[in-house]
Amino acid sequence: MTGTGQPRTLFDKVWDAHVVTRREDGAELLFIDRHLVHEGSFHAFNKLKDKRAKVRRPDLTIGVADHYVPTRTRVLSEIAPDIAGMIRQLDDNCRANDIRIFGFDDPRQGIVHVVGPEQGLTLPGLTMVCGDSHTSTHGAFGALAFGIGASEVAHVLLTQTLWQKQPKRMRITIDGATAPDITAKDIALSIIATIGADGAQGHAIEYAGTAIRALSMEGRLTLCNLSIESGARCGMIAPDESTFAYVKGRPFAPVGDILDRAIAAWRKLPTNADAVFDREIVLRGMDIAPTVTWGISPEDALPIVASVPDPAAMDDASRASHIREAIEYMGLTPGQPLDTIRIDRVFIGSCTNSRIEDLRAAASVLAGRKARVPGLVSPGSHLVKQQAEQEGLDRIFIDAGLDWVGSGCSMCVGMNGDLVPSGERCASTTNRNFKGRQGPGARTHLMSPAMVAAAAITGHLADVRPLLRSDA
Amino acid sequence: MKPFEILTTSACALPLASIDTDQLIPARFMKRSRADGYGQYLLHDLRFDESGERRPDFPLNSTSAQAAGVLVTRRNFGAGSSREAAVYALVDFGFRCVIAPSFGDIFASNAVNNGLLPAQVSETDAEEILTLLQTTASHITVDLRDSLIRLGNRTFTFAVDPIWRTKLLNGWDDLDLTASLAGDISRFEQQDAGARPWVQIQDSD
Ligand code: SF4
Repeated sequence: MTGTGQPRTLFDKVWDAHVVTRREDGAELLFIDRHLVHEGSFHAFNKLKDKRAKVRRPDLTIGVADHYVPTRTRVLSEIAPDIAGMIRQLDDNCRANDIRIFGFDDPRQGIVHVVGPEQGLTLPGLTMVCGDSHTSTHGAFGALAFGIGASEVAHVLLTQTLWQKQPKRMRITIDGATAPDITAKDIALSIIATIGADGAQGHAIEYAGTAIRALSMEGRLTLCNLSIESGARCGMIAPDESTFAYVKGRPFAPVGDILDRAIAAWRKLPTNADAVFDREIVLRGMDIAPTVTWGISPEDALPIVASVPDPAAMDDASRASHIREAIEYMGLTPGQPLDTIRIDRVFIGSCTNSRIEDLRAAASVLAGRKARVPGLVSPGSHLVKQQAEQEGLDRIFIDAGLDWVGSGCSMCVGMNGDLVPSGERCASTTNRNFKGRQGPGARTHLMSPAMVAAAAITGHLADVRPLLRSDA
Repeated sequence: MKPFEILTTSACALPLASIDTDQLIPARFMKRSRADGYGQYLLHDLRFDESGERRPDFPLNSTSAQAAGVLVTRRNFGAGSSREAAVYALVDFGFRCVIAPSFGDIFASNAVNNGLLPAQVSETDAEEILTLLQTTASHITVDLRDSLIRLGNRTFTFAVDPIWRTKLLNGWDDLDLTASLAGDISRFEQQDAGARPWVQIQDSD
């Protein structure tokens, strides 16, 4: 922790500041600054009970109810008992261990990766973990944040540390400005399509370049959220003035002298000029178009003006077999233009795209128009919901014919019962188009909130740009 | 955890790419208690049709698969959700090793924490093993001491992170080691509280 010597990356600086000790075999014990738990963490709490052990740092552990929460009622007794049981179990586990919890009845409840930044719990330079792969979201602040499994959750509960081996460093630079109306979602899907769903396996990504700097904090959260979909361990963006401005004044953010000291330290986090990365990827901002997925992996993404690929025209046999499998599951035809794919419903929500800017973007397309298909709009947190209602966005969604519901993971994963029926096709702002992710047999197309709004209005996948230009 | 040294067993060939953890165990089963065994949910929606009938042509439904300790598959196995339940499903079904060209990072570390070996082979070797399993005998030997896979008269090498290799060979649980380091953790906490006071969460209410 000398801060001098060799040039280091943002990742190195955060990592080095958290090493408790190093083992002979090279594994390092990292101290964890923030541990987020949710209903799915019950396996880990059960391990704790088996050992009759206590949580080492309940003050650095935060519970959030999101994966199973109902979005159509605020009354737990109205929902299926096994689902209500998951929510109560989290409450019980947190209470028993003195863990701060944003439970179902808390006015600040929401999706864990929305609540963290919103409450000022997410800060630059922290190590953050959660039993959820999209923990990479918090990297938008220059935090080292990654998803872990239940055994590791139990390890952090007991010791506030984790054994980790250093991943390799990868920098993805987006040079030059993007075209107007291109969002962080389009950037992220283009990256995944370029490097593949396993393209960043074993790596920590740093996103850099003018197009990244130009993103709002909310856009950065969307981009880092999707790091895991290229297989990365985590995604990070160096903190800057946008980051500090976002953090200041949040409920749990540092204040006064401590904030000043923090900001002074955070200013030293960005990667040094001569630091070396194991891999460098450079994309041109101007090449990024509004992007949608057509298949069953986030890497199956193409600009909306393209067509469904033809496996017969592929040289790579394993890629051709994947495309065949995807086309069959998705019920598409090779060569079919993407903007002719008819949809059955839409979903706007999830930790990827449910913040206020996302809702504004979708509402600006939907304003004064009608959706041709049914759909669900689930804000990322209760506070985002309130904000949207103050701005009148709820009226726009409702007038367009969409359902305006409560906050939770909802149709991103369907654990609470918000499902896409089998065989139906959903235009979705979420993060995974895996087979059956939104329900058994469900077909998912991923895209930005504005693109989902365009699909809702037209009834098929559509380029949002003409809709933005015409008067509603 | 049971140490993993050398395993001779039958293998199940599953020639699909990008089998994500949502497919390994669909979300709706994750409320269930582990005590019931998660093997019944493994790849549930691929193994069973919508009426709950077994799909007879799905590899995991063959009689030989029931006794298999090794699963061989294509690239990007276990991508996606961090759910350790995906590993529980594989382990409870009877698997102790998955052979593939690449694995989701979180899946692989969850696997090691449950004594399941993620053995990484080249794409060409994966294809050859898959072909051999479909044509000749299905007995396979996975030797973690030498990082070798033997199948008939063919031998393949596999890669596994050296840290994970040691852990699997010894059947170590990280928690035992970390428990002995409580003093180091306390020292870190004390120093760090002075250096980075903003890490402490200020109660706003
Ligand atoms: S919204 Fe979806 S991706 Fe995000 S935490 Fe919830 S289930 Fe995971």
